[in-house]
Amino acid sequence: MVESKHQWKAWLYLAPAIVLLLVFTVWPIVNTVRLSFLENYNGMKAAGGATFSIGLWNYEKVLSYPKFTDTLFNTIILCVLTVPISTILALLIAVALNSIKPLQKTLQTIFFLPYVTNSIAIGMVFAAMFNVIGSALGTPQENIESYGIINNIIMLFGFDHQSWINSTSTYEANLFVMTVYIVWNALPFKILVLLGGLQSINKQYYDAAKIDSTPRRRVFTRITVPLLSPMIAYVVITGFIGGFKEYSSIIGVFGDKKMGPPDDPDRLNTMVGFIYDSLEKNREGLASAAAIILFGIILVVTFINLWVSKKRVHY
Amino acid sequence: MTEIVNSAATTMAGSPAPQRGANAQVRSSRILRMLVTAGTYAFLLFMALLVLFPFYWMIISSLKTTEEYRLNVPTFWPQSIQLVNYVNAFTEANLGRLFLNTAYVGIVSTILSLVITILTAFAFARLEFKGKNILFAGMLATMMIPGELFTITNYQTVNTFGWMDTYTVLIVPFLVSVFYIYLLRQNFMQIPNELYLAAKVDGTSDFKYLWKVMVPLALPTLISITILKMMGAWNSYVWPRLVTKSEEMRLITNGLRGASLKDANGETHYPMQMAAVAMVSAPLFLVFIFLRKYIMHGVSRSGIKG
Repeated sequence: MVESKHQWKAWLYLAPAIVLLLVFTVWPIVNTVRLSFLENYNGMKAAGGATFSIGLWNYEKVLSYPKFTDTLFNTIILCVLTVPISTILALLIAVALNSIKPLQKTLQTIFFLPYVTNSIAIGMVFAAMFNVIGSALGTPQENIESYGIINNIIMLFGFDHQSWINSTSTYEANLFVMTVYIVWNALPFKILVLLGGLQSINKQYYDAAKIDSTPRRRVFTRITVPLLSPMIAYVVITGFIGGFKEYSSIIGVFGDKKMGPPDDPDRLNTMVGFIYDSLEKNREGLASAAAIILFGIILVVTFINLWVSKKRVHY
Repeated sequence: MTEIVNSAATTMAGSPAPQRGANAQVRSSRILRMLVTAGTYAFLLFMALLVLFPFYWMIISSLKTTEEYRLNVPTFWPQSIQLVNYVNAFTEANLGRLFLNTAYVGIVSTILSLVITILTAFAFARLEFKGKNILFAGMLATMMIPGELFTITNYQTVNTFGWMDTYTVLIVPFLVSVFYIYLLRQNFMQIPNELYLAAKVDGTSDFKYLWKVMVPLALPTLISITILKMMGAWNSYVWPRLVTKSEEMRLITNGLRGASLKDANGETHYPMQMAAVAMVSAPLFLVFIFLRKYIMHGVSRSGIKG
């Protein structure tokens, strides 16, 4: 090759990226693993010259820490709720969009809109919609000014108003709000990918089904879903990865550094939230162990997904 | 799809009474087809309403007075349009400074990031050197790791460098994105190698070839990268919160969620808050309206928000 004499030139092109990657990507991988094995490593104490013994202390501590196991539970339950709901809804919308001609482009644009938003900013809009204004005490003395638009709509259908995100709200109500918001936020990407997949399915399959006069539902389950399965697997995997990193949407709804209603601000804390909380308290040892556990979970879930798709997905 | 429905309907309508005339079959199949189409549109329009409702509520709430916002029976159109909420929110949340900070960080980091991405992608796409494939595979592997794992050490590193509370700390740690390098390399690979060899014969330097031929040809991908990177700066929340302490260094999202927009009674002024949210969201929508194609192109391949 012409350029083999000038190998050093290639490294010149690569130099900026490699230097930055070494400092901000490679070193963090090594160092975070190292910190996770140093007992109760604390950045402030380390700066003061303290030394830390090596062992699994951080992992044991984190896994037996109720604060952490709660965040693990919250993270998993949010994933389990939001990933299937958003995937099924996105699939229905994509199939419907693919079957119409007029208005298709307009509707496609509308469905993509939630993607180009700031998850904190729109979280505040959801908070405003679910918020009860006044003293939501849950007692007869409370002085409510406005129940919020969602409660107003619910009451229109004859149901009781709820405390969704205020003090006295239940865990289930909080989860409901977060599920609605996360699904709303997750739909655009899934619809985009699935619609792209649908549009690339060869029309011959549908023509063959037409000749055999296959019923509509059978066409959906035997042609559309199997041929779309790589795309479905893709949105499920990315959905789980995103779901395990859920954090800022909760901040958006509940407030700066708040992961729950005012009377229980840690209630919906997630694994990422736990990592940042520990980091801000200079407890890097715990934060590192939690981050590595998070990475481990993401790896395992991704491999399970890939294993399931290997059996189910038709490429 | 509709043809299938048509034929399916024909069989369904036809099987119980095959002796019926062809006209009746066609009529019933047409009715079924219309029902399915109507149902599809009803479903899509309903979902579109759900998707749009938060935006609608944000805008009309931002135009109300607090008294109207707090009405027990909500109004779906403001009684009097209060543009003053926007003015107040802009000054009280100090949005001007936040906008400038975010724009500065976004523009500088996008330009630097583009330069690095172009150089790296070119080396991987066109140049030959030892260990190329291993290096590229290693870089791709880092994409699996959640960003939080890097944040812990990076927080210490920038502290050691003495970068806390500066623009540098908001820009430098995120300049290299393996995903953008991957995206651009794929694009560069599609450019025929003959062009490169022809340029070599003419004595064009690698660098000149890169800027005069490859960059213009890969412009759509570069635009996608630019938009995604700018959106990332606009939406970043956690890192700026960790590494900036002073008000002057805050980025827009931190300022927005942290701002206390209160009315005279010390209670949250929701219309003002919604006005601030609308102003922060507006640039994203403008970019989306004009550059929709590029955003959707980039996003469909990434799966990562921001």
